[in-house]
Amino acid sequence: MRGTVPGRSIWLAANAALMAITLWMIFIWVPTEANLGVIQRALYFHVPIAIISLVAVVLVAIGSVTYLVTNRARWDWFAHASAETGVLVGALTLITGSIWARPIWNVWWTWDAKLTTTLILWFIFVGYLMLRAYAPAGGQGARLAAIVGIIGAIDAPIIYFAADLWRTAHPGRIAGPGAEGSMTSEMGWTLLVSMIAIVSAYSYMLVERYRVRRAEAAVEALSRDASLISARGASASRADVLAAGRV
Amino acid sequence: MGVLGPIWAIARKDLLLEFRNRDIVVSLLVFSLLVLVIFNFAVELTPVNRFVVGPGILWVAVAFAGVIGMNRAFIIEKDRDALDGLMLAPVSRDTLFFGKALGSLVFMLIAEAVLFPVFTVLFDVDILRVETAVIAAMATFGFSAAGTAFAAMAVNTRSREIMLPVLFLPVISPLLIAAVEATARVAEGGSWSDAAQWIQLTAVFDIVFFVAAAVLFHFVLED
Amino acid sequence: MTDQTQAIAVQSLAKAFGRTAVLQNLDLAMPAGQILVMLGANGAGKTTFLRILATLTRADSGKALVNGFDIASQPEEVRRTTGVVTHSAMLYGDLTVRENLHFAARMFRMPGREARAGAVARQLDIDRRLGDRVRTLSHGLQKRVALARALLHRPSLLVLDEPESGLDQVAVGLFERVLSDHKANGGSAVVTTHSVDRGLALGDRLVILARGHIVFDQPRTGLDSATLRDIYARYAEPN
Repeated sequence: MRGTVPGRSIWLAANAALMAITLWMIFIWVPTEANLGVIQRALYFHVPIAIISLVAVVLVAIGSVTYLVTNRARWDWFAHASAETGVLVGALTLITGSIWARPIWNVWWTWDAKLTTTLILWFIFVGYLMLRAYAPAGGQGARLAAIVGIIGAIDAPIIYFAADLWRTAHPGRIAGPGAEGSMTSEMGWTLLVSMIAIVSAYSYMLVERYRVRRAEAAVEALSRDASLISARGASASRADVLAAGRV
Repeated sequence: MGVLGPIWAIARKDLLLEFRNRDIVVSLLVFSLLVLVIFNFAVELTPVNRFVVGPGILWVAVAFAGVIGMNRAFIIEKDRDALDGLMLAPVSRDTLFFGKALGSLVFMLIAEAVLFPVFTVLFDVDILRVETAVIAAMATFGFSAAGTAFAAMAVNTRSREIMLPVLFLPVISPLLIAAVEATARVAEGGSWSDAAQWIQLTAVFDIVFFVAAAVLFHFVLED
Repeated sequence: MTDQTQAIAVQSLAKAFGRTAVLQNLDLAMPAGQILVMLGANGAGKTTFLRILATLTRADSGKALVNGFDIASQPEEVRRTTGVVTHSAMLYGDLTVRENLHFAARMFRMPGREARAGAVARQLDIDRRLGDRVRTLSHGLQKRVALARALLHRPSLLVLDEPESGLDQVAVGLFERVLSDHKANGGSAVVTTHSVDRGLALGDRLVILARGHIVFDQPRTGLDSATLRDIYARYAEPN
């Protein structure tokens, strides 16, 4: 349709190629880490995804604050798109983290500060999406969601601090980071390429979700225009009604 | 200060309504007492672990009572659209927030005044001390400030009964952790300094959420 | 900038809820001391317009002054000088009539609550029900209490959204007297109704709102029931 479409197709193709290279590097090219074994390869996914899920929290907060201040819908679309992709990436963080934890720490889950914070933030942003679904359409739902988005970001460091303090208070109840790995240059390169691939894929998703929101808003505006046109039809006869009123 | 009159008027009105509708107060108290009893069976308490586990159960009961109470405080306002009436008063939106939060604070403190002695008896953990009173008051302050903002949001959504706990409980989890830990330290016979870190955490939460809720509240009420 | 001779001055006010445009570039000026009746079908935007004037709903765009105060930057002054009746009673069912009125008076920081609550209650003939809980009152009586509450702080502008719905014949008479007393004291009012005849009975000026526009605006004098009914019928059919 418009000139942007080929550009996005190229980006999509580039994403696929980058991801293929990343998979090849992670599973074939990079040597197995000596202490941790094969499972260490999960790290190349887990670390970039975990970083992005934290970034998503910040993006939602930026979109939410700017929306409340400027009242411009595009910032709400941005916050909403960031929250949706953030919940997805957060879920992937929790899953890849568990895959990592099982062989290394011998448990699927541990109440370590980072994990606990990720989990609770994930719940807050699931609540954000539920609120959007259950709140009234239009500006009010967007404003309520923006408040949750801002409060989630404000709460994040407090949650982390509380979870960290709690962990030190209950040392016996946490399976700690056990064996330490060491990083070779191949591992560094693999992590870097994976980071680029995942950031690019995430940004693509974010842009796509944003475009969907924008399209939805355009549809709303069109139906508003439609009601405007029918109202104009009514006011076209206004003059003769006013004339009739003077009879 | 001209705003104190309306703030107190709202809190007084909320308490009057809650206690006039005795069925709500009674069922809420019975429910939170039941939480204490049920958890007593769900968790095997020993003379050793009851200082650690007990305060957790106590604060779960308080949190449930608070969530129900704050939901009620806004459902009252939706009946006959009384909230519109509040919003027609010539005061700022934060005055309404302070009034609603004060009402919830007092209501929760009253509920705690019943729950704490019962807990002491049932769990054989003595929390009837000045330290626990201060900790409870501080935690309840943050709880009612954040809860009032979230209850005002939840009441505007479909399935509002469930929206409040879903939105609110993750957000206040640090406060709950702090309240449980501080209560446990003191219940074990510890002094102020044993609970100091947790009390500091509670204070940080209180300040941050009081300010955030007051600043954001007027966005909740607009439509 | 506060022009007290204009009770309402609205410029290109617009409001949409999601996909529906409720008000579109609405302009209206109303001098103080006037009773303006706004006619319109359900969904024409009457309620939204009144809620925006009362600072309960925020307009998407446009500007409005109420009693010379800007609804966006001076909402507290607007509320202090405006009395509002909506479709709901805006009362607490488990408080008595007296407690509801006293609570409202406290929110307005009014001295002499007791006397003033008694006065408005007598004005609406509910003084014998002051001790009853609102829950136990009929719909019509609750509406009277709502009106009493709107009058409590002696507003100069009354914003009344279908104030007569649910009122019996006696109460309609009371309401007419309240409105004429208000006008005699220099007050203004915007009143919505769907009844052409009630509109002609109450208003100095009649306005028809259809699909978010003012499509008709004439003084009461010279309008007769048949003509107005004919004009209204052309707009009143539901969208």
